Formats: sequence, structure tokens, C-alpha cells
Amino acid sequence: MTELRPLVSARGISKSFGGVEVLRNVDLDLLPGEVHALLGENGAGKSTFAKILAGVHRPTRGTIELGGKLVEIGSPIGAQRLGITLIHQEPISFPDLSVAENLVIGQVGGKPLGRVRWAELAKEARRLMGLLNVPIDVTVPMRGLSIADQQMVEIARALASDSRLIIMDEPTAALTPKEVETLFGIVRRLREEGRTIIFISHRLEEVRAICDRVTIFRDGDKIETAATTNLTDADIIRRMIGRPVADYLHRGVGHVGDVALSVRALTLPGRFENINFDVRKGEIVGLGGLVGAGRTDVARAIFGVAPAASGVIEIDGKPVTIHEPTDAIGLGIALVSEDRAIAGIFRSLSVETNITAAVPKQIAPNGIIRRAVEKRLAQQSVEKLRIRLATVRQPIGELSGGNQQKAILARWLLAEPDILILDEPTRGIDIGVKAEFYDMIGELAAGGRAILLISSELPELLALSDRILVMSEGKLTADIPRAEASQEAIMHAAVPRTGRHTVSGAAA
Amino acid sequence: MNSIDKNPVAAAPSTVVVREAAAPRPRWQVLLIRPETVTLILLVVATIVASRLSPFFADLGFILESSTYYIEFAIVALVLTLVIISGEIDLSPAAQMALSACLFGTAFKAGLPIPVAMGVSLLAGLVMGAFNGFLVTVLRLPSIIVTIGTLILYRGLAQVLAGDKSIGGLPSWFVGIDYRMVGIVPVPVLVFVAASIALGLFLGITIYGRQIYQIGTSEIAAIHAGIRVRRIKMGLFIASGITSSIAGLMVASRLGSVRYDLASGAELTMVLIVMLGGTYIFGGRGSILGTFLAAWLLVIIATGMTVANIAINAQLTVMGLLLIVSIIMTNAIYARSQR
Repeated sequence: MTELRPLVSARGISKSFGGVEVLRNVDLDLLPGEVHALLGENGAGKSTFAKILAGVHRPTRGTIELGGKLVEIGSPIGAQRLGITLIHQEPISFPDLSVAENLVIGQVGGKPLGRVRWAELAKEARRLMGLLNVPIDVTVPMRGLSIADQQMVEIARALASDSRLIIMDEPTAALTPKEVETLFGIVRRLREEGRTIIFISHRLEEVRAICDRVTIFRDGDKIETAATTNLTDADIIRRMIGRPVADYLHRGVGHVGDVALSVRALTLPGRFENINFDVRKGEIVGLGGLVGAGRTDVARAIFGVAPAASGVIEIDGKPVTIHEPTDAIGLGIALVSEDRAIAGIFRSLSVETNITAAVPKQIAPNGIIRRAVEKRLAQQSVEKLRIRLATVRQPIGELSGGNQQKAILARWLLAEPDILILDEPTRGIDIGVKAEFYDMIGELAAGGRAILLISSELPELLALSDRILVMSEGKLTADIPRAEASQEAIMHAAVPRTGRHTVSGAAA
Repeated sequence: MNSIDKNPVAAAPSTVVVREAAAPRPRWQVLLIRPETVTLILLVVATIVASRLSPFFADLGFILESSTYYIEFAIVALVLTLVIISGEIDLSPAAQMALSACLFGTAFKAGLPIPVAMGVSLLAGLVMGAFNGFLVTVLRLPSIIVTIGTLILYRGLAQVLAGDKSIGGLPSWFVGIDYRMVGIVPVPVLVFVAASIALGLFLGITIYGRQIYQIGTSEIAAIHAGIRVRRIKMGLFIASGITSSIAGLMVASRLGSVRYDLASGAELTMVLIVMLGGTYIFGGRGSILGTFLAAWLLVIIATGMTVANIAINAQLTVMGLLLIVSIIMTNAIYARSQR
């Protein structure tokens, strides 16, 4: 092997947000034609590093050389001009524009007053989507696409701009196994073309399948860069969390009591129909299925965000009416929502305010806020859930995703719910914090709470659930006891028998 | 806890490092870089400039007296501040002032005693505010369009009710609220100061104030946190209506008569005051202190220019420029703290 000149060499990169140093003195070389994984817990600094390369953030200190030349990456457009593209965790697109239009947005060139050549645009778009080998109609609006398909469009956009460095920030989070395979095929082809790919993921098996080298971050420091084959999974995890992993996947048999939540013939046309299930006290009921199967809609209906059109919800055996979340909270229900950024946090408000948002009676018994009580509750939550922050008065938007999620969980724990609905509680959260979440969920159930856990990660469902319900296309298709549960059983029930989503192989 | 044996990464400590919490931004910086501070500085500068322009200006009594023309709008602007922080807007208060004042005048002319006529006016404010609130919270229409609609509707109703003539003949005890003084302070100014303190406390230390900020920051998150978003917004629109009718009665008292074009165009003055005070037009940020200071800034500038014999057209230009500058400053400050 000849010595390759690195495409990117970053030296001494540091970055602070609002006084908190999130990256310290990071040196990293990226070679042409390699797939390079960035690993680390949430808040370890990997996403920040990627965003610095993509021009989203500017480093506080440090230099970046691209192809041997010192460069200043001042903005995402500047990065694009240099041939660097970032594919976001959640696709950022224009939902009302067509796929073809989305594909050309952000591209350099074209005259300000030039005519849009629709036919050519569509032709180019079809060519790009053809490269990815995914059948997507380029004339339909983005809104109509699944998250996976939107992700594919984002990737096609990166191809269109002919980038030398493509950064994928958790590209597989919302994809099905088959779609992941397609994505990997594309990544391999990009590598053969000599492009460099940064791959950020929490799934080690994916890193192993596709990445040549890995760089591990912890607490803002780069810990190590090594060839993937030189590290075992245990090595990687140990470097990420800096401590041995507890065997969180083993949960004792909790005491299961009376039925706490019961749902009968719940129907919301177009979303879900005739949903029946019970959740008992002390029981964790998993709710599995493919993305878009209607699981989140059921959770939102129970919590009163978008109530069902018909059907009955019973709490402790008594039928209840829930028109809005306030009603649900009054009945002892809590929902940790799937969409943290929009339905969870108040981004510009303090962590303290965020944590106490659902318990106005506790912090203001007679309408006037008691600062001392509020601060104490927030501090206790921060300590109990080990939320990493500078001060409870800093805006929650400055925390990492995992710590934001902990704050949201803290908010609901303060409300002391009897029934806790968790919708993808560990999405985009690294292994170390996930283990903490699993422990907490186990403890909550052991404390007699009824828990409905929605998750797209099969190992998570299998490890935590006493019983697993599966939804497919708005219908409940299985109720699997713990003893009989397996990945195959869940997938078998999750995959629709007819229709466009049919997946071959594993599920059959 | 067993330590990691043969750790090849010598630099990495083998135990969890809980990072020392970094120091938050220094307090003086937090205080200095606030929109209210900008408003305060502008206020000081405007006062100095105005005193240079005219020697009459440096008389506190004169300023207080001149302020009565704006103070009714400033009172409404206080409530408007809450509405804007909650992420909505109300452009109809000036029209509500006119309609409730005309109802008051008509009721008085029809022979009702003044207190009853005032009750009619307040009730009208409540109904008008509730109608706005209904359209926004129940029918879920955007408040900017709704209140442009009702601004025209309420003004139109006032014209239908009162015609082109002014309704006068109000008893002398009712007329001239701006000439009643406590010391050298006219009563309307006292009302404004008292309302500022009350609403400042409401916004600053009560749970409802907190929830107004939360709704304005993210309405969806607020709904998910169990905050009664629709109820609070309804309350704000009703408060805006009732406050407008009080302001309308104060104008009626000051002028001694009412007409359908009372407070015509004043919705823009109100929005100007709120914006000058550094409240963020997209909601979630702002303060009563800012609005309070901005009201005085407006009084100083308007009075200063009048004293310095600057034509009314030029005054409008200055106001417009001020509004734009203040929005640029506010946005820059919030964008800075957003990171």
C-alpha cells in the first residue's frame, strides 16, 4: 500500500458553545476513498466535528486542510463549493416542492433570471435517482414520501453536487433493513469512485459492515483512530464510555398487577383501526412495527394530542374521555414524544423551565412561581438522571440530544405518572446513555408503573418488554408473550402481507 | 468497578470523567446584551437630544402632560406585549377602542347613567376580544388575518353606530381625566405605571406568565406538556378587548366626546411601542419593562420633535426608521443568544 495523501487534515480543532467546550484539540486525517466512522456518546463531539467540516459551525480554534490547502469553511454553501456535503440526521427538505426541485436546491450555478427547464430538471432527477436504484417518482411532492425515501433524495442530492467528502449523520436511523442494504451499496460505490465518506451511527454492526476506519470521541476529546478490523465491539464500547458496560439486557421478572390502561376498538380513520390492548401495572408492553405503521398515532390518541374518532380508553377499569393532553396528564398518563425537537423541548428556554413544564402545581401552588422549589426540583432531576450541563439556567438547546432527552424524561418523572408512554425514547442516543435509559425504564416498571414502549429497535423491544404488540398498516397484528418473542416473530407480524412494502428474505 | 486492563489508550482515563461545569456567560454580559438595554440607551439619548433642541423640554411636568396623548395606546401595548410573546398578534385594539367608546356614547345618549354605559362598553370589549379569541383558538385561523378582519369590522360597526358626528355632552365630572393630577402626575400616567407593574409581575413571577413564554417558544411542545394553550390565548384576547375598552373610555374622557374615528391608525403605534421594547415578533421573548421604556421613548421623541418644530410628516419618517432599527437590533441580539 502506498502512503495516501489525506483529503482532509484537521489540526487542533476546538469548539465551545455558550462557555461549554464540546470539542478539545482534535486532530484527524481523512483519506480519499475511505468510509470513516465517527463514534461516541451523545455530546461526545462527533456531530459537532462533522458540522464544522460542513460549515454549519466555525471552530473556536484549529485549522483544516483540504487536499493540502488550508481552507476556511465559513458556511454550508462554502462547504458545498469545496465539495463537502452533509446529509442531515433528519432530512431537511421543502415538503411542498417536488422531489426533482428538492434535488437541485442548494446547487451552485444557474442564472438568477434563467428559465426553469422542467423537462431537463425531471430528466436529471430521474438519472440521479436511477443511480441509487430506488423507484421514486420525481414529480411528486416530498411530503408524500416516507422518511426513508426522503433520506434517499438527500443522498441523491449529495451525488448531484459531485462532492469529494460526504458526511452522513445517522443516515440509517429511520431506514428498514432492506433500505440500509441499498444505502450501503451506494456508499460502497461512492468509495470506489474515490470519495471520502464520514459515517456517523450508533449501530456497531453497521459500522463494522461498511467502515474502513473508526474514530472514537469521548467528552469532546478524540480518543483513538484505528482500522475497524483492529477493534472488537467491546473495545469500541469501552473507549466510548470509558467504563465497562453493565449487562443491561437482563431484567428480572417484575411484579405485574391489575390492568392500568385498556384500549378497546380505538379507531382513527386513515391512521389506525380497531386497536385493542391492555397494559398492566408494573408491565412493560412493547409496541413494534415498521415506521409509519400507526404506532405513534395510537400514542398520540391515548395522550389526547390527536384523539381517536371512536373506541374506548379505560384507566383502572373506568372509561375516560381525553380531549387534550391536559386531560391525560390529569389521569396520570405521560408521553415522551418521538419528536423531541418539536414536541418536546422549549429550545431557547432554560433547562430548569423545561424540566418543570408539566408540573405547574408543584412549582406554583398558588399561581406564583417558587424559584427555590423549581431550582431544587430541577437540580434533583439533573443529579438523578445524570444530565450533563453547565447550569440549569442555560438554554436547553445548548445540550446534546441525549441530555435533552433525559431532561424531557425528567419532566415526566416529576409528574409521577401511573402510565408512561415512551415513543422511541432512545432514538439517536448512544450506547452508554441507552443503558441508563434501560435501567430507568426497568426501575419505573418495578415501581408499579404501566409502560407502553414504542421502539423500532428490535433488540431494545426484546430486552425490555414483558409482552410485544406489533402493528402493521394501522392494525394490530400480533401480541407476543416474552417467552415466544424473537426478531423473526416481530418482523413477520410487522411486514404487510400485501402492498408496496413487501420485503423479501428475512421476514418471510 | 474493575479497571480496564491493558488499555492501549494511555491518554484516556479509565474512569468516567464528569466534566467540570463551564462558567456560564458573565452576568454583566447577560444584562447588557438585552433588547431592553437598547431601549433604555435610546431613551437616554433621545432625552439628551430633545433637551438640546429646546430649552422648554427639560421640564418633567411638561413631558408628563404631553404623554397623555400616547398613554392610552401604551396601556393597550402592555397587553399586546403578552399577546405577541404568546406567538399571536392583535391588530384590532384601536378599532375596539372606537367601537366600545361609541357604544358608551350611544348608551349615554339613550339615557343610561354613566356607570351603566361604562359597563356596556367594558362588556363590548369582552365580547370583541372573545370573538377574536374564538376565531383564533377554536377555528384555528392565523391571528394576523383574523384581527385585520375584525379591525375593519369593529371600526365599521362604530361608524354604523355613531355616524359621522361626534357624540358629546358628557357630564363634566367624567370629562378631563388627563387634567386630574396626583402631584404633577396625570391620572392616565398613573394608570399606565400601575398596569405596567401589575402586568410585569404577572408575566415575570406567575405560572401563567411562564406558560405564555412557553407557548410562544413552541406551541406544539406546550400542548404536549399539558399547558392549556387555547384557554390562555383566549384569555389574552379577552384581556386585550377589555383593556382596549378601558383605553377607549379614557380617550372619551380626555376628548369630552366620541367619534367613530377615535384612535384611528393607533394599532400601528401600539405595535411600534411593543417592537421598540424589544419583544420578538415571532413570540417567546420580550418583557413588560421593554414596553414600558419604549412607551416613554415614543413620548420623548414625539414631544421633542414637536417642540423642535419638526413637521408631522418628518416625525412619521423618524418613527418608521426607529421601528426598523429596533427590529434589526432585537433580531441580532436574539440570533446571538440562539447559538
